[in-house]
Amino acid sequence: MNLLTSWLFDPANWSGSTGVPARLVEHLWYTALALVIAVVIGFPLGAMVGHTKRGGFVLVGAANVLRALPTVGVLTLVVLLAGIGLIPPIAALTLLAIPPIMAGAYAGIGAVEPVVVDAARGVGMTEREILFQVEIPNAMPLIFGGVRSAALQVVATATIAAYVGLGGFGRYVFDGLALHDYPQMAGGAILVAVLAVLVELVLTGVQRLVVSPGLRPVRTSGGIQR
Amino acid sequence: MIEFQAVTKRFDDGTVAVDELNLTVDPGRITVFVGPSGCGKTTSLRMINRMIDATSGAILVDGKDVRQSDPPLLRRGIGYVIQQAGLFPHRTVLDNVATVPVLAGWSRAKARKRAAELLETVGLPATMAGRYPAQLSGGQQQRVGVARALAVDPPVLLMDEPFSAVDPVVREDLQNELLRLQGELDKTIVFVTHDIDEAIKLGDKVAVFRTGGILAQYDKPSELLARPADDFVSNFVGRDRGYRALGFLTASGLTVGEIASVQLGDTAGDARRKLSDGWIVVVDERRHPCGWLSADRLSGVDENATVDADLVMSGGSLYDTEHGSLRSALDSALSSPSAHGVAVNGGGELVGSITADEVLRALAAARTSGEVPQ
Ligand SMILES: Nc1ncnc2c1ncn2[C@@H]1O[C@H](COP(=O)(O)OP(=O)(O)OP(=O)(O)O)[C@@H](O)[C@H]1O
Ligand SMILES: [Mg+2]
Repeated sequence: MNLLTSWLFDPANWSGSTGVPARLVEHLWYTALALVIAVVIGFPLGAMVGHTKRGGFVLVGAANVLRALPTVGVLTLVVLLAGIGLIPPIAALTLLAIPPIMAGAYAGIGAVEPVVVDAARGVGMTEREILFQVEIPNAMPLIFGGVRSAALQVVATATIAAYVGLGGFGRYVFDGLALHDYPQMAGGAILVAVLAVLVELVLTGVQRLVVSPGLRPVRTSGGIQR
Repeated sequence: MIEFQAVTKRFDDGTVAVDELNLTVDPGRITVFVGPSGCGKTTSLRMINRMIDATSGAILVDGKDVRQSDPPLLRRGIGYVIQQAGLFPHRTVLDNVATVPVLAGWSRAKARKRAAELLETVGLPATMAGRYPAQLSGGQQQRVGVARALAVDPPVLLMDEPFSAVDPVVREDLQNELLRLQGELDKTIVFVTHDIDEAIKLGDKVAVFRTGGILAQYDKPSELLARPADDFVSNFVGRDRGYRALGFLTASGLTVGEIASVQLGDTAGDARRKLSDGWIVVVDERRHPCGWLSADRLSGVDENATVDADLVMSGGSLYDTEHGSLRSALDSALSSPSAHGVAVNGGGELVGSITADEVLRALAAARTSGEVPQ
């Protein structure tokens, strides 16, 4: 027990430029940056394919290829191409986040009931209005599911930034490893795990705000149903 | 108002869904498209608001070819109601109804005010405004669908089997409601159904389609029943068409006979003394019929026992002497346990009895006077 927590509860590790708060800000910065880029790239692609119902095969194939890429391999490759810096870890994390975000948007929009889309068109919505006013709001639960799973993976994997000399909670893991300082390693790992749980909680809260109450699962005596 | 000029629709796979359709829909009337499954009713309807584009021919709405209009703009000016209502699950009932006004650029407040009025028009309580579609019954969803279609007061309403997914009782309510609404609004309504009874009940005119998208007959319902154009139409309108045709004959020539009655709360002895042919009608304090008593039913009941709802046997359908047709008169006689149909006035008060013989006599009279075609 002491081995796990001695480092974590030492006040000396909670201040300064290498302290937990500073590393937290770095870790969140990498995470947010990678997620935003992944949303900007993956969401429109998934949404367009979901709306037009064209190219689903290509999109699923591309997502699977991306999923199969080893993150550390991507990181190394980008370092070789672009040198040390922020680009390699962000690129690797972005590629990690794109598949779930893209698949969530595609599956969510593709699953909006055809009769609802037909009605939207029938009352005179343009294709753009159908997408923004009907398909995206109705797909929100699945879109958010994709974003949440991307966020979790990125939070956990953002430790690799330290592998190429940057900060974040990964520092504690890699430094601890190099120095055989196991309490520090354990502390880093615990911090990442706690952060992942917190991010999940926050995103769940945000999801409650952005998903229409009309789409919430209906609670019945027999359990939870759609 | 709406004119089909030699309209043909051939889908990419070669299916001809509509073949050279020529038809004029009368303004301010309900026109029903009816026919077996796959005969091209939906396709014909959806070509009006360009949900489907015709392969050849032209469709004019108010004299203007629909192909000259931008589809979304065209559709905003034409109400559209579909089978499963197609409400937006993420929007409240009120915002569903406000959809088209908002698209048309109204302020949200004004659109919602209009939506609230419409909920009342279609008979939904204001408390439903804040609900989501998943919290409504099928019949309620359908009403919201109609309100949504009426929101910007379009002159034309397209309805594709709007009532076929609800149970028969609710369906009849919705049909009556539509007729009531139409009495106030005078829309040009094109209504698709595969149910000939619904077509005859609702249609000012009925277009019967046969498979392959060919128009078999386009006529008033009474004509359709009296003079089907060919075997297909006569088979389609069905074996009961003679009986159904009675629905178009007013029962004005019908003589209403005497009927014995007691009021709830009277004694069994009173009832027994007044029996006529072994039967007596029971009415409530407003003289609305609530059922029958028979000699059998009364046997063994104490002389001073009061006649209450438990003792009364339920009756058949009622015949309304002010609005009823020969069909409803005949039905009241056939469905009554005593073989005497119960006739009421427009206010629902008991006025007398009707027998099947009397209905047939009135029918024979109508035949000789030429009201019924031979
Ligand atoms: N998109 C399409 N592609 C190919 N064929 C189609 C398409 N839509 C409809 N059809 C065919 O056109 C014909 C007419 O279809 P339509 O939907 O108009 O029938 P309907 O009279 O409305 O039938 P129902 O009572 O079953 O709704 C059918 O044979 C149908 O299979
Ligand atoms: Mg149809």
